[in-house]
Amino acid sequence: MIKVQNLTKSFGPKLAVNGVSFTVERGEVLGFLGPNGAGKSTTMRMITGFIPPSSGSVSVGGHDIVESAIPAKQLIGYLPENAPSYNDMTVHGFLTFTAEIRGLQGMELKKAVHRVVEMCFLEGVLHQSIETLSKGFRHRTCFAQSIIHNPEVLILDEPTDGLDPNQKHEVRTLIRRMGETKAIIFSTHILEEVESVCSRAIIIDRGQVVANGTPSELKMRSELAGAITFKVQGVSAQILKEKASNVQGVRKVLIVKDDPIGSIVRIYPNSKSAAEVLAGALGNMALQEKWGVEELHIEEGRLDEVFRTITLPETVQEGRK
Amino acid sequence: MNSFSVIKTITKRELSGYFASPVAYVFIVIFLLLAGFFTFMAGGFFERNEASLLSFFLWHPWLYLFLVPSVGMRLWSEERRSGTMELLLTMPITPWQAIVGKFVASWMFLALALALTFPVWITVSYLGSPDHGVVLTSYLGSLLLAGAYLAISCMTSAMTRNQVVSFILSVVMSLFLILAGWPPVTRLLDQISDNPRLVETVAAFSVMTHFEGFQKGTIDLRDIVFFAAIIGFSLFTTSIIIRSHRAG
Ligand SMILES: Nc1ncnc2c1ncn2[C@@H]1O[C@H](COP(=O)(O)OP(=O)(O)OP(=O)(O)O)[C@@H](O)[C@H]1O
Ligand SMILES: [Mg+2]
Repeated sequence: MIKVQNLTKSFGPKLAVNGVSFTVERGEVLGFLGPNGAGKSTTMRMITGFIPPSSGSVSVGGHDIVESAIPAKQLIGYLPENAPSYNDMTVHGFLTFTAEIRGLQGMELKKAVHRVVEMCFLEGVLHQSIETLSKGFRHRTCFAQSIIHNPEVLILDEPTDGLDPNQKHEVRTLIRRMGETKAIIFSTHILEEVESVCSRAIIIDRGQVVANGTPSELKMRSELAGAITFKVQGVSAQILKEKASNVQGVRKVLIVKDDPIGSIVRIYPNSKSAAEVLAGALGNMALQEKWGVEELHIEEGRLDEVFRTITLPETVQEGRK
Repeated sequence: MNSFSVIKTITKRELSGYFASPVAYVFIVIFLLLAGFFTFMAGGFFERNEASLLSFFLWHPWLYLFLVPSVGMRLWSEERRSGTMELLLTMPITPWQAIVGKFVASWMFLALALALTFPVWITVSYLGSPDHGVVLTSYLGSLLLAGAYLAISCMTSAMTRNQVVSFILSVVMSLFLILAGWPPVTRLLDQISDNPRLVETVAAFSVMTHFEGFQKGTIDLRDIVFFAAIIGFSLFTTSIIIRSHRAG
């Protein structure tokens, strides 16, 4: 549905987006991650046809966004960053306007407005002027606008920004549900959102794609991924560490907590793929030693750790070491 | 959707925007008060002792000089400042449709303000018997004049997200179009240069020159083409400015 090839954008001497390529098919929800100023919004602005690329191309549903802009734009619903809307209009007036400009008329238009008002919980403010809305409601109004024509492609720039926890949850559920039939790209700074909503995620840093994969693939890149957390009652952490170090395939053992009620160690295997075998060996050892095992599981890894190691500038990383 | 209904939708939204705030009503009241002031006080309506609206229309180029930019200054600068331009230009419409739609809306608003001056016409008709044909062509000329200023404001408002800057730029440009044919300036030019063609050429760029015919009751195609050219050129430039902003 969305095909982005070698997309590049420079503002004067500054390269905001540099050679970004990816595709999104129907039924996929692609998460866009990256530090502030990485070029997420700029990429989305090019995909939606707001700014022309310096080089590279975007095609939406087979239509080039520059060459055949109108048919491409008809397929897209877009929630820009900061959710702009016309302050002098009411919520109802604004939604009617966007529906009209999308070509909806009569009953069809009324139904469309009614549908998004329900989906975005806007009944209570329908006839209020947008100027007087709270930030979250303004955001929801603009979100409603983006789905009013039931588009096949949705581009959402930080859709949960400024929403309360309940609304965040609603919007995530909505995106996940719509993602079954649409092609969706959304950007966020909330990493849990990526895990709960996305089928795939891309990390952008300084204009370039630095990682592209499913959330679990990305998590596997984490240092923690594959490590085994082992919690045992009544054994000191020191002993636990010594014994575990002797098991075959162990690279290193770190003490997380030393407590007679339950000591915790983290055991890193030689290779991430050997984690399961190692977990079995540790289980056997615990049986032989007659330890009371409280916990034994393989860590999935953490996205925030991956995000940090991938996007921190080298100088900072070296400074840490 | 066809081009016409897109433009209509945009025009409708823009117009409803005017009347959603008190600004529109304030503008109309000020416009009518100033028009009345210029006609009856500064224009010497009663001294003329004749049944004509000349003293009313005479001042329109000056009256519009400040009032039209105050209507046009927000057209695009507000759209850029609030970020709604991103919304508007990612809709399935062409920038050209948006430009025309917004322009037409504010022109219709100015036409409404102008139409509300009809009591002046009624008064004159009551006092004497003016040439109604002349009044009609004068109204047409005035409307075209307003359209030309408005297109210029539209262009300057696309240049900046600051409405004040847009207002000043637009006043300066419009002022230039007045001065090029304003009698004191043409006289001065006449004195400086021996070439009579120079004065003529400069004056040909002035709205004063082209508004004159309408006030006398003649509709000259050249005058209409002049105003249409200003409108067309300014709107075209607007589209180029908008495109270049997006290109970064
Ligand atoms: N119109 C512009 N003119 C000049 N530079 C720009 C323009 N728009 C964006 N940039 C620059 O391009 C870079 C990428 O900006 P962008 O808004 O895409 O970042 P982002 O990934 O969306 O960041 P955030 O997480 O803060 O939203 C930034 O350095 C920004 O300063
Ligand atoms: Mg952004």
